[in-house]
Amino acid sequence: MEVSFKVNGNAVKAQVEPRTTLSLCLRDHLKLTGTHVGCEHGVCGACTVIVDGEAVRSCLTLAVQVEGRSITTVEGLAHGDELSPLQAAFRRHNALQCGFCTPGMLTTAHALLTEEPDASADRIREVLSGNLCRCTGYVSIVEAVLDARAAYGGPAGDTAHGHAAAATGGAGR
Amino acid sequence: MNAPDTDILPESAAGDTPYIGRPVQRVEDLRLLRGLGRYADDVALPGMLHAAMLRSSVAHARLRGIDATAARAMPGVHAVITAAEIAGAPGRSVPTVPLRLQPLPCLEPYRQPVIVQDRIRHVGEVLAIVVADTLALAEDALEAIELDLETLPAVADWRSSSEDRTLLFDGTTTNCGVTFTAKRGDAAAAFAAAAHVQRERFMVQRQAPVTMEARGVVADWDAANGRLVVYGAAKVPFFNRHASAQMLGMPDSAVDFIEGDTGGSFGARGEFYVEDFLVPFAARHVGRAVKWISDRREDLMTMAQSRECEAEVEMAFAADGTILGVRGTAWCDLGAYPRTNGMIQPRNIPHFLSNTYRIEAVQIDSHVQFTNKGPAGTYRAPGRAETVMFCERLIELGAKAMGLDPVEVRRRNLVTAADMPWHFASVSPSAPESSGLSEADSGDYRASFERCLAEFDWQGKLALQGKVIDGRHHGIGIACFIEGGAAGPRENAKIELARDGSVTLYVGSTSVGQGLETSLGQIAADALGIPMSALTLLHGSTTYLHEGFGSYHSRSTVMGGSAIIDAAGKFKQALREAAATYLECLPEQVVLAGTEARSPRGRSLSFAELAKHETIQVDGTFSNHHHTWAYGAAAAHVAVDARTGHVSLVDYLVVEDVGRAINPLLLRGQLIGGTVQGLGGAFLEEMVYDTEGQMLTGTLADYLLPTAPDFPRLRAVITEDYPSPINPIGAKGAGEGGTIVAPAVIVNAIANALGEYGLNPTSLPLSPSRLWQMVEDARRARATA
Amino acid sequence: MKPPQFDYAAPATLPEALALLAHPDGDARPLAGGQSLMPVLAFRLASPRLLVDLRRIEGMDRIDIDAQGVRMGAKVRWCDIERDARLRTALPPLAEAIGHVAHYQIRNRGTVGGSLAHADPAAELPGIAVACDATIEVASVRGTRNIAAADFFQGALATALEPDELVTAISFPAWPAGRASAFEELARRHGDFAMAGTAVWFDLDAAGRAHNTHIGVIGASDRPRRLTAAEAKLDGQVVDARSIGEAACAAAGACDPADDLHASAAYRRNLVGVLVERALARALAGTRGGLAAAGSTVNRSGESH
Repeated sequence: MEVSFKVNGNAVKAQVEPRTTLSLCLRDHLKLTGTHVGCEHGVCGACTVIVDGEAVRSCLTLAVQVEGRSITTVEGLAHGDELSPLQAAFRRHNALQCGFCTPGMLTTAHALLTEEPDASADRIREVLSGNLCRCTGYVSIVEAVLDARAAYGGPAGDTAHGHAAAATGGAGR
Repeated sequence: MNAPDTDILPESAAGDTPYIGRPVQRVEDLRLLRGLGRYADDVALPGMLHAAMLRSSVAHARLRGIDATAARAMPGVHAVITAAEIAGAPGRSVPTVPLRLQPLPCLEPYRQPVIVQDRIRHVGEVLAIVVADTLALAEDALEAIELDLETLPAVADWRSSSEDRTLLFDGTTTNCGVTFTAKRGDAAAAFAAAAHVQRERFMVQRQAPVTMEARGVVADWDAANGRLVVYGAAKVPFFNRHASAQMLGMPDSAVDFIEGDTGGSFGARGEFYVEDFLVPFAARHVGRAVKWISDRREDLMTMAQSRECEAEVEMAFAADGTILGVRGTAWCDLGAYPRTNGMIQPRNIPHFLSNTYRIEAVQIDSHVQFTNKGPAGTYRAPGRAETVMFCERLIELGAKAMGLDPVEVRRRNLVTAADMPWHFASVSPSAPESSGLSEADSGDYRASFERCLAEFDWQGKLALQGKVIDGRHHGIGIACFIEGGAAGPRENAKIELARDGSVTLYVGSTSVGQGLETSLGQIAADALGIPMSALTLLHGSTTYLHEGFGSYHSRSTVMGGSAIIDAAGKFKQALREAAATYLECLPEQVVLAGTEARSPRGRSLSFAELAKHETIQVDGTFSNHHHTWAYGAAAAHVAVDARTGHVSLVDYLVVEDVGRAINPLLLRGQLIGGTVQGLGGAFLEEMVYDTEGQMLTGTLADYLLPTAPDFPRLRAVITEDYPSPINPIGAKGAGEGGTIVAPAVIVNAIANALGEYGLNPTSLPLSPSRLWQMVEDARRARATA
Repeated sequence: MKPPQFDYAAPATLPEALALLAHPDGDARPLAGGQSLMPVLAFRLASPRLLVDLRRIEGMDRIDIDAQGVRMGAKVRWCDIERDARLRTALPPLAEAIGHVAHYQIRNRGTVGGSLAHADPAAELPGIAVACDATIEVASVRGTRNIAAADFFQGALATALEPDELVTAISFPAWPAGRASAFEELARRHGDFAMAGTAVWFDLDAAGRAHNTHIGVIGASDRPRRLTAAEAKLDGQVVDARSIGEAACAAAGACDPADDLHASAAYRRNLVGVLVERALARALAGTRGGLAAAGSTVNRSGESH
């Protein structure tokens, strides 16, 4: 079947089987390999993309279901070579290690902050509960998302929440 | 101080400031954040086909026949490969997976065949490979393969394994592969002299590493030149290249293993798995590139599992709380095969039961038992997380039984700087290249314990111990740890000045997601005195160096970094010699300033100019047979709802002395991330098999990883009080400490919270259901008493 | 883990969809958000011949609230419920439970109809449906029928739906102001299916006695159900720590949970008692503006873990 939709602002067409998931369509048919597939059963969140402004799991969506819709993937977040404020915050806070869950973290957080720029640390943790990360322990991810809120019109300042605080000690040096 | 970003340098600004010790932002992030990483599944080659594995759905059976006729006739199917094709001729055996670490001769009969030839030993073992145009078509064909199986009784736990009623391997007389013994001093005498002996039985559950990127292999066969290129390599590409080449009957030089971006290892990814042979074999068989990407269910079935063990151990105390000795027995359920590094956990358990304490007498046996479960291997903090929990629980219980303060008992027994070098118990048997002896390099374990108490405000929080507030029982707990790092024997590095004046550095260490390009880039830039932006760091792939060892045992920073320092010294000498000719001075007069060489008379030559005339290439190496020993302590404050078994982690602090922190931003990530993995093992994670050896946790909805809301309050303090004397950087491997100590801290905190019930948690995980049951049992026991 | 082959259709109207579902070849499955169906397909636990995508059918995604109560079309998504502030007074137990349903991304696609038809015994909406006397509207080429929620759920992943029938809507009776209610659950992690959960409600008379008491539980049986034995302990009684304790005790005794990977049956039984107690206390506190009335032995649960 042929399916047409927009990805990161560009109109695309792909020939797919009905059983082709959106994640497979993006990765194999459209060569957008930034969207990662971590479980294929809707638990890990690595494959999260934004469909018409809403974060969805692309492994639980068939390509044929997004006919006519507008999709944003991780490749659509940066401004050319320039990291977006959210991406830059991830880098500042070391909110990624292996980087495999990162595209899903970014798309989810981007959708969240676009809708809720003042999301609290608890709200961010709740929303990110559908995205598994095995490296960071989440602390730095939450700090980064808090820090990025200002760029979406939310509160300035980053981790002034006792909640997410962590220290890199210096006194021992 | 919670925001590390005040101190972050833009990657290009070196100035006079060294990079080492700075929270430099990661080089890797620029591609990974934009979705431009290149993981195994991102490799797409012309004409590439897709492989799917037919895996056993039973744990123990004889394979009497396999019929792939129908599958071979299905649309899009190019080949179905079984043991017959791999063996090549009737009567010949398929290759077996080599032993990498602790390759003891006694384990030879237990090695894993790369594909089932006659006997299935665990759910998930490969029976056939289908190669087809798409993965979906390959999976369609799996359903058409017919099997003739004779089911055998499953050996589903170490106890039935040890009875040897059903032997899992022909030609053996026991399912016990080997027994490791740790020994130091005279344990019998120590226990005879004890004022108090604390004995407990502990159980730790089977866990899975669950890297977010599942394993994957893409093999490209070049028929014209008889060459294989294998993508998806990680951790130890050189070892795996050699193993794969041997099995394929090819010289190492005809096979390359290429390392791309890697979605986590945690000790498990990058070991030699059967697919590292099967996929290259399939590519050569069909004469095309073949991709295999593990799905999550396969990953849970086949990636090395770890930790499952039971132990009966005891600790002897003098009346003043001095620990006189530890002894006991452990039984480790290794699953079906030893694979490449399955011996590390059973060996570490006896080796490190003494943990950070000055315990003169040690005598522990640890039995390796094979069963019909997924093969075990290393998972971050192998054996250490288990044994530290045993040790710290015994101290806590022993101190209380004697009416002593457990904190004081720890103080009395912790190894201090005056005790260095502290010798750990020796372990036998040991493979020829490892002596079985080990000694700590430097440190003061009591000092970091005190630091942890102070930072945590132990004294202040003590008032909460056992208190019930709003229906929750509050408790605090503490534990200490050491982590070995920097395994030898060697690591290699190479530095090149290319024609365009750029400096390229190749290192045998591999990146498994830990930020290696940044941390080693910092070391290299400082060693060379150039900005990081002037340097390209390439790592891992077999195309870069003649030999490399990779990343395991928290070794890459120390071993790779030290090899880089050696290479950098030689590179600077070569630069001086080359520049001297053009600057018309003696090499020793040449001053290197950034990417420029200067003469005493003020003439200068940029690297770029020099490169027009000269190519410079130097090799560096670092050899080391001693390990580094980072160490620390952690404390936790929990609040337990005894009616539901639900535990809130109110506060958690880990302190680690790493000798020298190359990049505190990255190190903090290792500590916090490692802690959450340890907490996952303490509270959530469990690979469950039933009595038939059937795996019940085949999805991520069943195998529960920690999620963002679970453990929000985590703190890490990094100290650099005792640099390692055995490497030029002073750094100590530090990737596992957070994971090692977490279960010990948690069991102690929960026991203290529920002290009024006399609760004694000695098995993991502490799920709400289990914790509630323990409280119920304790209540009932008290009622009858 | 690729789904097996199937055909796909996206009809524009409900009658067309029903006709496709009634095809004599059989084994057509409706697809809305796909959040339950897609994992089943990925593991090849089902291999339908045809998926009938409901995405083009209009009018099934509305939440209507009037004097009769709340009616939600089958295509209403979790995020629609979350965003609809009217539900906080029109159907408080659902508004409270919605925060426990799955995860952010799932809530953007998962639907009411899908959850009801999937019938997981620990899912929140089926539990709310049973506890709040909902009626489930289903349609097929043979016509439409209304099924009481209590009759709709027939076991784990089993419902009263015929193979050709489609859930089209769910409606709840009107919710009077001042009714006491609460929802409580405990899951291993946020967004997981509950180990157990409960939705409770009752009307208080001037003397502080409960009437019309409803106590529904999830994760405590092979289907969502009301615990009438527990309801009877509270109904007509003054709601206080004692009567709440008796109802909770009866709830624990009346449920019939099973062992699974995440919790033992004994634990779940205990948990039902604790959660019912806490929910009733909180429901009462909600009407009186304080916890004091329920006595000091009752504690709030629900800390995030």
